[in-house]
Amino acid sequence: MRDVAVIGVGMIKWGERWESSLRDLFVEAALAALDDCGLDRVDALYVGSMSPGLFTGQEHIGALFADYLGLAHLPATRVESACASGGLAFRQAFLEVSSGLSEIVLAAGVEKMTDVDGAEATYVLSTAADQEYESFHGITFPGLYALIARDYMHRYGLTREQLAAVAIKNHAHGSHNPFAQFPRKIDLETVLNSPMVADPLRLMDCSPITDGAAAVVLCPLERARELGKKKPVKVLGSGQASDTMALHHREDFCYFRSTAEAAKRAFEMAKIERERVDFLEVHDCFTIAEICVLESLGFFERGKAGSAAQEGITALDGKLPVNPSGGLKSKGHPVGATGVAQIVELVHQLRGEAGERQVKGAKVGLAQNMGGTGASSVVHILEGC
Amino acid sequence: MAVGIIGYGTYIPRYRIRVEEIAKVWGMDAENYKRGLMLRQKSVPAPDQDVITMSVEAARKALRRAGIDGSEIGSVYIGSESHPYAVKPSGTVVAEALGATPEVHCADFEFACKAGTEAMFVGYSEVKAGTVRYALAIGADTSQGAPGDALEFSAAAGAAAYLFGAEGVAVEVLQAYSFMTDTPDFWRREHQHYPRHGGRFTGAPAYFRHATGAALRILEMTGKRPEDFRYVVFHQPNGKFPVTVAERLGFTREQYETGLLAPTLGNTYSGASPMGLAAILDEAGVGDLILMVSFGSGAGSDAFVLRTTERLLEIRDKAKRTRDQLDKNQRYIDYATYAKFRGKIRKR
Amino acid sequence: MFSAKIWRESPQRYRLEAAKCLGCGKVFFPPRLVCLGCRGREFEKRFLPWRGRVLTFTVIHTAPTPFVDMAPYCIAIVEVEEGVRLTCQLVDVDLEAVEIGMEVELEFRRIQSNQSDGVLCYGYKAVPGGGE
Repeated sequence: MRDVAVIGVGMIKWGERWESSLRDLFVEAALAALDDCGLDRVDALYVGSMSPGLFTGQEHIGALFADYLGLAHLPATRVESACASGGLAFRQAFLEVSSGLSEIVLAAGVEKMTDVDGAEATYVLSTAADQEYESFHGITFPGLYALIARDYMHRYGLTREQLAAVAIKNHAHGSHNPFAQFPRKIDLETVLNSPMVADPLRLMDCSPITDGAAAVVLCPLERARELGKKKPVKVLGSGQASDTMALHHREDFCYFRSTAEAAKRAFEMAKIERERVDFLEVHDCFTIAEICVLESLGFFERGKAGSAAQEGITALDGKLPVNPSGGLKSKGHPVGATGVAQIVELVHQLRGEAGERQVKGAKVGLAQNMGGTGASSVVHILEGC
Repeated sequence: MAVGIIGYGTYIPRYRIRVEEIAKVWGMDAENYKRGLMLRQKSVPAPDQDVITMSVEAARKALRRAGIDGSEIGSVYIGSESHPYAVKPSGTVVAEALGATPEVHCADFEFACKAGTEAMFVGYSEVKAGTVRYALAIGADTSQGAPGDALEFSAAAGAAAYLFGAEGVAVEVLQAYSFMTDTPDFWRREHQHYPRHGGRFTGAPAYFRHATGAALRILEMTGKRPEDFRYVVFHQPNGKFPVTVAERLGFTREQYETGLLAPTLGNTYSGASPMGLAAILDEAGVGDLILMVSFGSGAGSDAFVLRTTERLLEIRDKAKRTRDQLDKNQRYIDYATYAKFRGKIRKR
Repeated sequence: MFSAKIWRESPQRYRLEAAKCLGCGKVFFPPRLVCLGCRGREFEKRFLPWRGRVLTFTVIHTAPTPFVDMAPYCIAIVEVEEGVRLTCQLVDVDLEAVEIGMEVELEFRRIQSNQSDGVLCYGYKAVPGGGE
């Protein structure tokens, strides 16, 4: 295993991209990543996408994307792990470079979600739950996280306002992110008055439906300065784990074992303690998710992260900034692209080029990307060089 | 060897709509219907309920009361005019849900409102003939009357299930009899959503002729007189017809009121007289004689003379009683909700 | 929905058939081929009770395509016996009256039926229990 660095990142404007097709979104992000490091070819491509088939009717996207990137003979692989598809694509790319199999690998994530209507998008997303024993009964993703939120509120006394504080904080961060779908601040009233989606979660507790893509270029650390143009960012640790598919099979609905295991493996590889981490990008698909993830990652004790956003601990200027990019909530959540966009944000931050949302003195960042209700998790730790 | 009912159960959906609520929408006089038809409200199935779901619930209660396992059932007969499928039996789903498959005989029956007693007639006869050990007979309907039609005030939902056997008999069948002619008083052709009926032609030549004919003949066959019976139950398309026929035959209020559910339940079609019988079994003592007469348009009546045994007292409290389902936990809905539940709102 | 997909699950949906591991006694619903607890592969069939208790719940307002006409509806995680849980709808209930810990009974209901030409899908839903 050799050390690996990220030398190029590409992010595009996320939102309702009516004029852009699935392939357009990918190519735009991939070209941005290639331009960022000044390369025009790679040795392999991994692309994470949850459900291009159900969202757009297009499968076999590895070959399609290689073709439209103008690199038709590339080994191109689609990776799927629901909303963790992007994080997993990055991990596969990391493993391919680290193993010595390839020198330069492009990892991308993409989702085109607005070619179906809202009810259909809700249905497509629900295929990431247990199809026969959860989705069959009419549960949705907001619904599954609402089950978690209700349990958390019941057990730990979490308030509606504390949940809202997560969304308010992430929108405040996202207001400084030009790529974000909703780059604007929101207030408590907006959250509490937004329509109920799955009680107790309201629209403003939920990440939106988004068209988007993101891409990064990886190479061996020792060749990073030779191949890239900008400051390389080193991949310190990578961890992945799974959990029971159905939420009802978990002993503790509020604790993501897959995230805890993935973090443990990533920290073991990185050989650092949690104190070294300066900021986090985590999978806040719903406000409650950020709270449970922070506990599962081991940055808070169980039942203690509920007030973190309200108390400012996880704000940009707090003790542990979480989701400086705006998170899934403000930036958007084109499911397959999210995990890669987290890496993009880590690199922007670690290069010190995050502008108004820059975490001061950021040296080490952690990204946590999760599929389903945490049936799969990917954790990466990156360090600026 | 006595053959009879070894277990019984009913299911009534929790939703109700009042006569006033329906009358209001169609500009009709609610008091007229309440007085004339002796109907106050009717049960409404939830959108996720149908003949199959109600049959399963009623049959589970029957199994619980009988204390036998579903796998012991030899035949499953479901009588209904609202089977959810045009082609594909309701009975297969019910048998599967009860664990009765694969060694079981199964058929769906249709004979307007008497399909339930038809199933009972056949189930009883099979046990008596020794063809099967236990037979399950169900009458269930989620009937629909056309919007604005008089039928809309009564067409309700419910199910009753009876297990017949020769051991552990709670209610002996002393006589079963069927009386039938071809009388087109009520019908529904394929692809028609709502049934059509002959108005007042459904009265004297249809309901009254057949119910009376069946009752008189079975009394004659058994050598009984009305006063020999503790209870009587007739098919109840509304609250008025069964009272009229009972009184004409010389039965009293004390004999018919226990089994008269229509005023607060409506007409559950194939479930109607079987559910009335269940309400009687919930109350009856040992050795009570019961006369049951159904009616199905088309037209015909099945009649049963039944006698309770001590066993009834042992099994009765093993499942929820019919009146408890009828009178407790009702959920009243308005006409708009009713129209949505019953698929009366066209979406595409 | 294709009928084979529905038919295959009917032992679980119609009868709550579960599997008890002969090695460690853990009960699985739906049945599994390998025990999560001891990795045993021998099981005996058992039927779960049609009653339980609400562990957590939500009311779905934004529903997926097959359920749009039913919204708002309640979905709960129900514990039917020690450690055995399932997710299902909770119906015939005032949505404001649902609470954690409430006793429920399971009833046989149609789960999906809005495809006019499709096979009907039956299974379990919870209804308020105890008081009835």
